[in-house]
Amino acid sequence: MADSGVTEGPDKKEEIDRAKSEGKELTKEEKQRLRKEKKQQKKNKEKKDDKASQESEKEKKPLSSPPPASQPPPQSTTQKAPSAVPAPAPVSVPASEAPVPADKPAKSKAELKAERRARQEAERASKQGKKGETGQQAATSKQKAPPNELQPVVKRLPEHIQVDNPDVLKKLAKKLERQQTPGQVADKQIPLRMDYGYKVSLFSHLHQYSRKAPLTQQVSIPSTVIHPAVVRLGLQYSQGIVTGSNARSVALLHAFKQVIRDYTTPPNEELSRDLVNKLKPYISFLNQCRPLSASMGNAIKYIKKEISNIPSQCKEEEAKSKLLNCIECYINEKIILAAKAIAKSAIEKISDGDVILIYGCSSLVNHILCEAFEKSRKFRVIVVDSRPRLEGREALRRLVQKGISCTYVLISAVSYVLPEVSKVFLGAHALLANGYVMSRVGTSQIALVAKAFNVPVLVCCETYKFCERVQTDSFVSNELDDPDDLIVTRKGKTHLKDWQEVPSLGLLNLVYDVTPPDFVDLVITDLGLGMIPCTSVPVVLRVKNVDQ
Amino acid sequence: PEDELVEYFRDQMRKDPDMASAVAAIRTLLEFLKRDKGETILGLRESLTSATTCLTGVDSSVAVSSGGELFLRFISLTSLEHQDLSRCKKVMEERGELFLEKISMSRAKVAKLCHTFIKDGAKILTHSYSRVVLRVLEKAAGEKKRFSVYVTESQPDAAGRQMAEALRKLNVPVTVVLDAAVGYVLEKVDLVIVGAEGVVESGGIINKIGTYQLALCSKAHNKPFYVVAESFKFVRLYPLNQQDVPDKFKYKADTLKTVENFSEEHPVIDYTPPSLITLLFTDLGVLTPSAVSDELIKLYL
Repeated sequence: MADSGVTEGPDKKEEIDRAKSEGKELTKEEKQRLRKEKKQQKKNKEKKDDKASQESEKEKKPLSSPPPASQPPPQSTTQKAPSAVPAPAPVSVPASEAPVPADKPAKSKAELKAERRARQEAERASKQGKKGETGQQAATSKQKAPPNELQPVVKRLPEHIQVDNPDVLKKLAKKLERQQTPGQVADKQIPLRMDYGYKVSLFSHLHQYSRKAPLTQQVSIPSTVIHPAVVRLGLQYSQGIVTGSNARSVALLHAFKQVIRDYTTPPNEELSRDLVNKLKPYISFLNQCRPLSASMGNAIKYIKKEISNIPSQCKEEEAKSKLLNCIECYINEKIILAAKAIAKSAIEKISDGDVILIYGCSSLVNHILCEAFEKSRKFRVIVVDSRPRLEGREALRRLVQKGISCTYVLISAVSYVLPEVSKVFLGAHALLANGYVMSRVGTSQIALVAKAFNVPVLVCCETYKFCERVQTDSFVSNELDDPDDLIVTRKGKTHLKDWQEVPSLGLLNLVYDVTPPDFVDLVITDLGLGMIPCTSVPVVLRVKNVDQ
Repeated sequence: PEDELVEYFRDQMRKDPDMASAVAAIRTLLEFLKRDKGETILGLRESLTSATTCLTGVDSSVAVSSGGELFLRFISLTSLEHQDLSRCKKVMEERGELFLEKISMSRAKVAKLCHTFIKDGAKILTHSYSRVVLRVLEKAAGEKKRFSVYVTESQPDAAGRQMAEALRKLNVPVTVVLDAAVGYVLEKVDLVIVGAEGVVESGGIINKIGTYQLALCSKAHNKPFYVVAESFKFVRLYPLNQQDVPDKFKYKADTLKTVENFSEEHPVIDYTPPSLITLLFTDLGVLTPSAVSDELIKLYL
């Protein structure tokens, strides 16, 4: 084939067009020539784009430490260029690694290669400087991957367990900024709550907030970004006014109901999409006040699903009432009726003369015991309590009010009291997919001692608290409460008052711990399952997902 | 009709002593279904439930009640949308026959799965008289495997001697040991195989008294403890300990009717928790104790 330069191209093109219009089939040569021309055109286009990006690269390099914001734009232009070029070209040629065809002048070939290599080096260097990349950058890395090197798959850890990584914190700050509605002044955004005090090194990847510095102090009044019901809820969470898994979920759902009632669809927006976007800053705010629990997470997932399932032709009033109805149903089915079903199964396990041990204040366990007492079962209860929350006192109050005979001990006396116990009833904050039970700190201790004494341990948990997470220890994901709660004044002396000044002293106030399934004999749950062993939790999750 | 039922049931048991009591019960229930002259489906279901209760009055083993419940579930699992009652009944009868056929094959399936675990030269320990274990050992002997068996005497009814007789007929070397000698003999033994009267939701089993002891000793000696059971023995019970097993299963049917104070009576069965069981061989496959709940959820949900 004669090596035709660019000048000869147009003539040949005319010939080929004529041949096409005459309806004659293109000869093999003509077809080859067509292909070559198209390739050349593409090469010319690429050369132009390369030159443009080369200039932007030259601008980039003199900057000593490029702020993260400027990185995405030049990358995106280089990303756009190769991605735009394959689209029009019918011949699929890989964008950056185009094999140079034989008819390219040798000089430009070397130039192009050098440019491309320089660009790739720069990107690789910038990539290695960053940890915890976003999916976008992972995508660019995949597109620009040199043919020999295999890029490792980047896995994303949730941000709430990466507090010791400054890049992740910066990303979170940016995310909160972005969640404000456009046109708002910067000081009305959702603030980032600062950590407080020295964190024990094993838990330095978690947040630790102080109760004396609630998030609402940094939010201006009136806050137009966050609905007042949500602000109130956030405060109730962070100050510990609303505690307990069920109570928090129900309060959350009621607050969201209020939000939906006060919501109006802005013009040119769809309710199903806009409402979800409106809820995002609220959820971030609540997360900053106190990390979301597993039950709250499931409730939010449900609400978001319901909202996005609203058909677009639905009128606003109708949609809103439908959503309110959904939320009512959810609360009713998953919490109230579930408690009744669980109580029914649990009462079979309570026989006359039983001595039942409970820990802390679980709304479900209290409900079961009160129901059993009403059905005239004769039993007595031992309430185990622990500092600093002393939630057992609330449980004690409720049971004694009903007339159940109770004993109150602190957790340090558990091994003393267990020989006379016949059953242990525990509540759960969440049931994990590998059968582990996540509950208030101290629960796993009680389960361990009960196992040693051969006392059966029963966990009561509604199905909406089953979550897909897997955890085998209490370190990876937990919640750190205010360390100042551990300070106590006895006989006029407060020993730990100046704990911040002692450099080697750290106060740790954990909220949750994780109990392995070998210590749990039985899980009582709703949905018609009744009693299941702890190892069947993934089966339930599977069946539930199939149903929904 | 109740006496007829009981008579038919006893007849079935007499005709084929090798048949499991649950299978006889299901046959009886199927016959009852065929003869029933009820007008409504709900009435039919109620009368079937009462028939099951009646049968448990004759033979109080766990398997009879679980078999009856499963039978009822299986036949009503189809859509009974037909207007005509007789057509519905026909559908239910067909499914009943199908169920019966399936469970008659179950012992053979279990034997096929289990005999491969018996190696040449193995010494097996078993407890009391179990027809499923007998079937498994039969199959292993048929595969020309050489093994010897220790059987516990299993008082108070000395059922172990019956087992020893049956094994001698198969030319398997067998020794009868006292129930108290289990710990003594375990060091010589390679594996322990027992049958089950019922398999509970936790994965544990309900079996002749003495099984729990046997399981505890094998755990202490680190010997594998295998259970062979058909799937119709899966029952929706969840005992937490020995006390938690309902009284109606613990004693023989005649004792339940005559005696008032159970503290004088000796229980006939005990509960073995799942932590002591290595594997369960069922016609649904070879299961670990935690998989039993999985299967039950699939069966009942």
